[in-house]
Amino acid sequence: MSEHINLEKRRQAIYGWLLLSPAMILLTLFAFYPSIATLWSSLFSRGTRRKPSEFVGGENYADLFADPVFWKVVTNNLIYAAATIPISIAIALAMALWANSKIPARGFVRTAYFTPTVLPMIAAANLWLFFYTPGLGVLDQFFGLFGLPSINWLGQPETALWAVIIVTIWKEAGFFMIFYLAALQTIPEDLKEAADIEGASRWTYTRRIVLPLLMPTTLFIMVNALINSVKLIDHLFILTKGGPNDASKLILYYIWEMAFAFFDAPHAAAMTILVLVVLGVVAGIKFTILDKRTHYQ
Amino acid sequence: MRHIESIGALLLAVIWISPLVFAFWAAFHTTSDAVNFNLAAPWTLDNFRTAWVGAPWLKYFLNTFLLVTVILIGQFIVTTLAGFAFAQVRFPGRDFVFILVLMQLFILPEVLIVENYAMVSRLGLFDSILGVGMPYMASAFGIFLMRQAFKGVPMELHEAARVEGCGWFGILWRVYVPLARPTYLAYALVSVSTHWNNFLWPLIVTNSPDTRPLTVGLSIFGAPENGVDISVISAATMMSVAPLLIAFLVFQRQFVQAFLRAGIK
Repeated sequence: MSEHINLEKRRQAIYGWLLLSPAMILLTLFAFYPSIATLWSSLFSRGTRRKPSEFVGGENYADLFADPVFWKVVTNNLIYAAATIPISIAIALAMALWANSKIPARGFVRTAYFTPTVLPMIAAANLWLFFYTPGLGVLDQFFGLFGLPSINWLGQPETALWAVIIVTIWKEAGFFMIFYLAALQTIPEDLKEAADIEGASRWTYTRRIVLPLLMPTTLFIMVNALINSVKLIDHLFILTKGGPNDASKLILYYIWEMAFAFFDAPHAAAMTILVLVVLGVVAGIKFTILDKRTHYQ
Repeated sequence: MRHIESIGALLLAVIWISPLVFAFWAAFHTTSDAVNFNLAAPWTLDNFRTAWVGAPWLKYFLNTFLLVTVILIGQFIVTTLAGFAFAQVRFPGRDFVFILVLMQLFILPEVLIVENYAMVSRLGLFDSILGVGMPYMASAFGIFLMRQAFKGVPMELHEAARVEGCGWFGILWRVYVPLARPTYLAYALVSVSTHWNNFLWPLIVTNSPDTRPLTVGLSIFGAPENGVDISVISAATMMSVAPLLIAFLVFQRQFVQAFLRAGIK
């Protein structure tokens, strides 16, 4: 009898591992091994024909920390995150509250909010290029009506990053709205009725009941937005290419440029590791704090 | 107060949709009419003609179509098997492996471009559709989604199929897969729209018009050094977003549901 159970256990184990093997092979090839290889190659110098690559320890990291462009890029990415995350969340919340209330043309409103989400970022960037072009662009023409001078939105350091940020917010807000919309629909009707009976105003109801109940959703969206603030760079390729003077360069774009334009893999690897560490911290926070508080379904 | 809110909601909607509407309008007008907002100007298809002959769009469409199909099939196979193992098969080491898989949620493929590029080259898949698709097939997110779906399947059905003489594969194929159909649909919509829109990785791995997807083709076409004007770029952009946009407008509800379902991790 016990032998039979043992046999069954062993069979289960074999089945289990067989079923997992395609996933594990692919994950090893494209996630685990590359992560370790990146860490490894970040510790070696860049090999040239004359001088083969050699172990340099933390030198690549030291180079990065001494590189003003690196700090510029980090700062840009922090500004990018600090601007896109709260603004797109706030807009998403407003969109969801509106799209959930009885307003005219609700179908159109919802579609309009969500449509940018399904467009490729490259296409979005093409559309916005039209807005930002100096002289001809829609923005310039609009401000021209008020007699304001033409501004080269993408071509000057003061505005380039912000121009990129606006495109990101436009792209993201509708996506986040969906999650708020779902959360709003789970709030029981009787809470609203109770609030009405108590004579609470709609604003009080929203502030005291709806917003606290949306907190878990907000945290969930924040983690997503944080990850996206590293990931979303496609529009840089069309709009600014990181310029002018690195004013709109973000970290992932810099990694790409370092590796595929300057062919400096070790420094790209060191930067990749730093990004992975930051993402790891975010993951840690998510798994330890958020998952205890986020109760979906 | 109500009215003000309605106006606010509508105003925001109009602002949000206006870049798209404007580009649509510009695509059908001459550049000078477009930039001068000449609303009375006649409509024309010239921009589409110019854009169409300017790049091998048909090839790009086909590549994108093949790419999303290859990725989706790969994802379905890999995530179904793994999801089933995590949900229904008990074996030592399972929980540890599951944590390993979840780690991939934060090891973004986008960040590992350098080593993944080396890996794809090593496998001889550089400049191939499979090379673009392969890193996405074992998606931790998909595995997690399938595991959740399979966990919801009642044990009685599993036992019944077993009594009927179904093997593991038979149970998976006849009981679990059909019951998880809504999850597959949701996952398919999210996967297709993500990879239809993906840019950075295909940019790195593809090198020729024979493999390049639409997004990369569009970015090359729109590059300033190609000297095409804004109306033609708008036309090209409209052309390349049309299939997905039309699909979205037709299946709007499903799209939204899919994004929702997929977001609930």
